[in-house]
Amino acid sequence: MKHLLSTADLSRDEAVLILDTAAQMAATQERAIKKLPTLRGRTVVNLFYEDSTRTRISFETAAKRLSADVINFSAKGSSVSKGESLKDTALTLQAMGADAVVIRHPASGAPHTLATSGWTQGAVLNAGDGTHQHPTQALLDAYTMRCHLVGDSGTAEVTGRDLAGLRVAIVGDVLHSRVARSNVDLLHTLGADVTLVAPPTLLPVGIGPWPCRVSYDLDAVIADERPDAIMMLRVQRERMSNAGGGFFPSAVEYTRRYGLDGRRMARLPDHAIVMHPGPMNRGLEISATAADSPRAVIVEQVANGVAVRMAALYLLLAQETPGSTLQEDAR
Amino acid sequence: MTTYLIRGGRPYGEEVADVLVRDGVIVALGPDAAAQVDGAVVVEAEGCVVLPGLVDLHTHLREPGREDAETIETGTRAAALGGFTAVHAMANTSPVADTAGVVEQVWRIGRDSGWVDVHPVGAVSVGLAGEHLAELGAMADSAAHVRVFSDDGKCVHDPVLMRRALEYVKAFDGVIAQHSQDPRLTEGSQMHEGEVSAQLGLAGWPSVAEEAIIARDVLLADHVGSRLHVCHLSTAGSVEIIRWAKARGIDVTAEATPHHLGLTDDLVRGYDPVFKVNPPLRTAADVEAVRAGVADGTIDIVATDHAPHTVEDKDCEWAAAAFGMTGLETALPVVQLTLVDPGRLSWRDVARTMSEAPARIGRVTDQGRPVAVGEPANLLVWDPRGTRVVDAAAQATMSTNSPFRGRELPGHTVATFLRGRPTVLDGRLVLAPTSHLQEEES
Repeated sequence: MKHLLSTADLSRDEAVLILDTAAQMAATQERAIKKLPTLRGRTVVNLFYEDSTRTRISFETAAKRLSADVINFSAKGSSVSKGESLKDTALTLQAMGADAVVIRHPASGAPHTLATSGWTQGAVLNAGDGTHQHPTQALLDAYTMRCHLVGDSGTAEVTGRDLAGLRVAIVGDVLHSRVARSNVDLLHTLGADVTLVAPPTLLPVGIGPWPCRVSYDLDAVIADERPDAIMMLRVQRERMSNAGGGFFPSAVEYTRRYGLDGRRMARLPDHAIVMHPGPMNRGLEISATAADSPRAVIVEQVANGVAVRMAALYLLLAQETPGSTLQEDAR
Repeated sequence: MTTYLIRGGRPYGEEVADVLVRDGVIVALGPDAAAQVDGAVVVEAEGCVVLPGLVDLHTHLREPGREDAETIETGTRAAALGGFTAVHAMANTSPVADTAGVVEQVWRIGRDSGWVDVHPVGAVSVGLAGEHLAELGAMADSAAHVRVFSDDGKCVHDPVLMRRALEYVKAFDGVIAQHSQDPRLTEGSQMHEGEVSAQLGLAGWPSVAEEAIIARDVLLADHVGSRLHVCHLSTAGSVEIIRWAKARGIDVTAEATPHHLGLTDDLVRGYDPVFKVNPPLRTAADVEAVRAGVADGTIDIVATDHAPHTVEDKDCEWAAAAFGMTGLETALPVVQLTLVDPGRLSWRDVARTMSEAPARIGRVTDQGRPVAVGEPANLLVWDPRGTRVVDAAAQATMSTNSPFRGRELPGHTVATFLRGRPTVLDGRLVLAPTSHLQEEES
């Protein structure tokens, strides 16, 4: 694995390896001193063309816990709006010796372009590109599901396990969601059954071949599919206006049909967990009752994000260095 | 003027017949021509096809305004190498070709370059803004003698403006060449809307945005009794609508590009902007329908939509890249590959779709003529044998955004004659072609 661009590129074994590695990383994070020497002397650049404090600090924390030098490069508005081109920025980072570039970009495919253009020799980690993919988000979601829903939640016990047989409902703006695309690909690879739930306007034309079911009816999915996990996607309020595409008539109607409130949550199986990639629109796609309930694992998803990103950086970077193994470093 | 004997070639790919060219016209064919070999420069054409010079109804030469991507000089060199003897230069330049002054400038520079005849296309609306009719009559009456009007790059989407344009050009036998794209259905669109766009997360350009405009326009053309030309048709549904309109006797013509005959949206998977084009590459089913449409005559012509772009406009992330592909130097190889070699089009059909019909639609009277005695010697000698790998950097166009780069394509131009004067010989440009103008004038 040279880059992490899309969960569609991951085999089952690669995905499980990342989850297992993340579990080991998480174990090290229980200690008083959390820092590992694994990536000492390596440089990780966070190249962010979109504001995303959450994802950036998650990657930054992950890289720093592995002792990498971290450079944050906020290039918001570049390229498309007359700033420096992606190419020149990449060449600059290459000249400065970036070993990995973590890129967040509003254009779908920008990480792919960066990885295949020859502009940079380093590993490219996609931290979210347009409406395409957000692989580390899907990996942390899968990791969180595995912790809660596979085995009896003991770390050692789930090592090597995938998500075979789990039923997952992903609800909301699938059309504009890189989180949904990454999750559909990854969860399918890991053996889970995914159902996407959305108003028809927020599902892409051409969804046919996706390895999942599609429904327009959240209540029916909760009743019939009995999901083990329900993931609520962020819905931007602007999307309802004509200028935003007019995808739904009003926030109230959206909430009524597709929001997760206490009443709907109560109809989920007792063991089912409630997930959200954040940031939440409380009162729109998820009510406070649901978001703050004991079965919500939303804050845990954030914590798992650091472990999963440590695993991704480790697998992409440390393994090129002879004599450096996780077991050795973690000793 | 020098006399040329094109020896051993097959006009229209049929019977072998030598062609003798003198003083800008074809003076003899067959044994008569061979008998007059003395004093003639011989162009060996054994195994080659002799066709009327190709006529492109849809070329972007970029001058004035974007001479960093292409000039009339470089674009027409590319055209000559591709076997063309005339091109129609689209109006979306800067300034826009929406006045007699701009179209005359383009026409004059084209004439002075001398590689092919340059027929400027006039804008339908002032500044391509889709609001007010440009002075179509002034452009028609100018030295450029404009007959094709188009806001290409943008759609004349206002139905009233489109109706008025169709009506107005009847006064001088003009035609409206429509870029069929509903703007509201394609806001922010990046590629064909379908399975590939869903997976790649690129905003979709739905087929219906093209088909709805074509359906409206054929009905408008029928209503006002005018001529409509549909540019770069790309979907199976569009072919069906044109077929229906023609069956109803509506005066509509349609064009397909080589890239819509040869390439599908699967190529977008690598996010290489060389495959970004408008209208977008469609599905394999669409490609098949477009091929069938050309083969059965529903689609009248193949035109290049040659759209050169600078490296910086293509060497970037997909969303930031410009729409468009070069095509003049690969058009006939792609047509040969996709239609002639599989037996769906004869060389006589190629002459019809790439020379005769586009000349007729553009009301260009001295091009697209038969290979016959007394006709103007606008000729292409094409060797259909062998293949060549497309090297974008080696092409005459200034830009390198060929979607066929690195591919092996069949056939090549041996010679191109513009009114009896070779612009290409032995597959290479004949430098200083302007000398013939001086010669003619002296």
